[in-house]
Amino acid sequence: MAQSAVPAETAAPSEERLFVASQWQLIRWKFLRHRVAVAALGVLGLFYLGAFFAEFIAPYDARLYDQDRVLQPPQRLRFVDVDGRFHLRPFVYGLTQTINEVTYGKEYAIDPERRHPLALFVRGDEYEFWGLFEADVHLFGFAGGRGYVFGADSLGRDLLSRIIYGSRISLTVGLLGIALSFVLGIVLGGVSGYLGGAPDVIIQRLIEFLRSIPTLPLWMGLSAALPPHWSVTKVYFAIVVILSFVGWTSLARVVRGKFLAVREEEFVVAAQIHVAGRGYIITRHLLPSLYSYIIASLTLSVPGMILGETALSFIGLGLQTPAISWGVLLRDAQAIRVLANAPWLLIPALSVIVSILAFNFLGDGLRDAADPYATV
Amino acid sequence: MLKFIVRRVLLMIPTLMAVSILAFLIIQAPAGDFVDSYVAGLRQFGQIVEQGQIDALRDRYGLNQPVHVQYWKWMSRMIRGDLGRSFAWNQSVTSLLYERLPWTILIAFSSLLVVYLIAIPIGNTSAIHQYSVRDYVFTSVGFVGLAVPNFLFALIFLWLFFLWTGKAAVGLFSREYLTASWSLGKFVDLLSHLWIPALIVGTAGTASLIRIMRANMLDELHRPYVMVARAKGLTERRLLYKYPFRAALNPVVSTIGYTLPEMVNGALLTSIVLGLPTIAPVLLSALLTQDMFLAGSIIFVLSVLTVIGTLLSDVLLAWLDPRIREAV
Repeated sequence: MAQSAVPAETAAPSEERLFVASQWQLIRWKFLRHRVAVAALGVLGLFYLGAFFAEFIAPYDARLYDQDRVLQPPQRLRFVDVDGRFHLRPFVYGLTQTINEVTYGKEYAIDPERRHPLALFVRGDEYEFWGLFEADVHLFGFAGGRGYVFGADSLGRDLLSRIIYGSRISLTVGLLGIALSFVLGIVLGGVSGYLGGAPDVIIQRLIEFLRSIPTLPLWMGLSAALPPHWSVTKVYFAIVVILSFVGWTSLARVVRGKFLAVREEEFVVAAQIHVAGRGYIITRHLLPSLYSYIIASLTLSVPGMILGETALSFIGLGLQTPAISWGVLLRDAQAIRVLANAPWLLIPALSVIVSILAFNFLGDGLRDAADPYATV
Repeated sequence: MLKFIVRRVLLMIPTLMAVSILAFLIIQAPAGDFVDSYVAGLRQFGQIVEQGQIDALRDRYGLNQPVHVQYWKWMSRMIRGDLGRSFAWNQSVTSLLYERLPWTILIAFSSLLVVYLIAIPIGNTSAIHQYSVRDYVFTSVGFVGLAVPNFLFALIFLWLFFLWTGKAAVGLFSREYLTASWSLGKFVDLLSHLWIPALIVGTAGTASLIRIMRANMLDELHRPYVMVARAKGLTERRLLYKYPFRAALNPVVSTIGYTLPEMVNGALLTSIVLGLPTIAPVLLSALLTQDMFLAGSIIFVLSVLTVIGTLLSDVLLAWLDPRIREAV
């Protein structure tokens, strides 16, 4: 797609670079100029790294009950101790638990005697990394004691570790979901756009139908219909399927619209004159010209999937404990009585919001970069 | 116009058929038929059920017959208004719906109102003052609104409201009006509670609508007719609101077809969090206790109402804008 018609000596060096760049190079350059999108990509990269290495990154075992840490508030990471001395190495104070004599609630107070400095690569709870090998080294921990920087839940489990483990489910549901929507959307949208006629009418009616009914009751009904004895993995994949059931419609619309626009272009006509088969034209000529749009619109549909899983698990129809996902964690924060005493249980909401924002920004940047010839 | 309405109503029929098949599939999906769960429900509430009764029930609901016959029986009962009984609420589903559905509709529609009331002026000012501080502030607020899902917003609101006032923002009425008959005081009390779910449900839809309104308005502002009007010396205010604003408004209003289902979704989740007396808690408890018959009926009725609501809004739009009438 390089344009070499312009004489090299008349064009400025940077312009020349633009003329000979491939389409993907142009897309990359345009994307890199979109600062927020690049930052969003960085944030998502970190999140997914965290999800992949959850056992190592999470400081503690996410399923370890601890009677002495029930609803323990977050231990603040400090640089300055109670006497006003500055420490270069951040630390947390150990907590002592007392029972309130009036309410019988557990109360926590910092113990200035027990100072646990932050340490890297510490030995802690044992884990089995992806079921492959056993280890007990964690990215960080606290020397001489445990530090729950996001607090603990009603069973005394470390919330930070649970959020990191939960990202495994919450962040992959979206990716798997769009992978499935991708196949459905490309096939149905492509058929609809390229063939036109009766298949187009039928598929368009189907899309209109799926978009005109409220999705949530449908999702709720379908996931409640899953057999209760299914394992966590099975339920997880079933939920992915349920979420993609509606999710493919928006992609199919994009693909159809673009197909309609592209199929009249000269290069397609040229291929037809060369008696290229339909399948060949679609896979070799039409789809490659759409990849960038497809990637952008896929990115923008991830948040809907993440939200769907979170919402379903939140109301108790999605994944259930012992599975850990952000929706499952937020279930603890449902009651106002709990929330009033332990507002840190809302922290998983923050990770949902950040990841959704990041996907939206990334998708916006990709969409702008998708058509590099538009303004370059 | 009549032709348009007839066409739309005819188009609605296959949609309704599809909705009913979907709802029926949800009822059929779990292992065992619904008489099993019916009997289990009765036994749970301490009633003795004999085999003869069970067989009679199976017969009545045609559970020994092929699936399409069952579907037909179910459909004809639905049309006659016989939606079965709920164990947990010990009420017929029809009366349950009659009692609670109006609140769901009220919340969905007041949210819709909030969406338009907020999104149109904000999108408008963002476009007129493009790249100003105001524009950036509104755009980023819109982004956050897009990212914070309804139920999380409801949770966070619940917590903040509790922090500030020490009260829980739940329900639609204060305690003293809960059982009172309708009066002006009760109405005012309702309004003072209603704005919370309406605002919470509205925010998610608002964000995307702000962006649509802003983009439309920007498109219109760069049209030649705006330049002509400006050259003729029209006041800025008259120029903006007489032409481009109205032209930009139409596509925004026509998004109602996709906004309405979104509002129903939001109303469901938000009512669960805020404990509102809508249909949502009934649906949720029905699904959790595997009372799929009740759940299927509720899903069916909710979907039908949404489809009808969308149809009404389409007709209204066609009446407002002749271009739409001609297009379909």
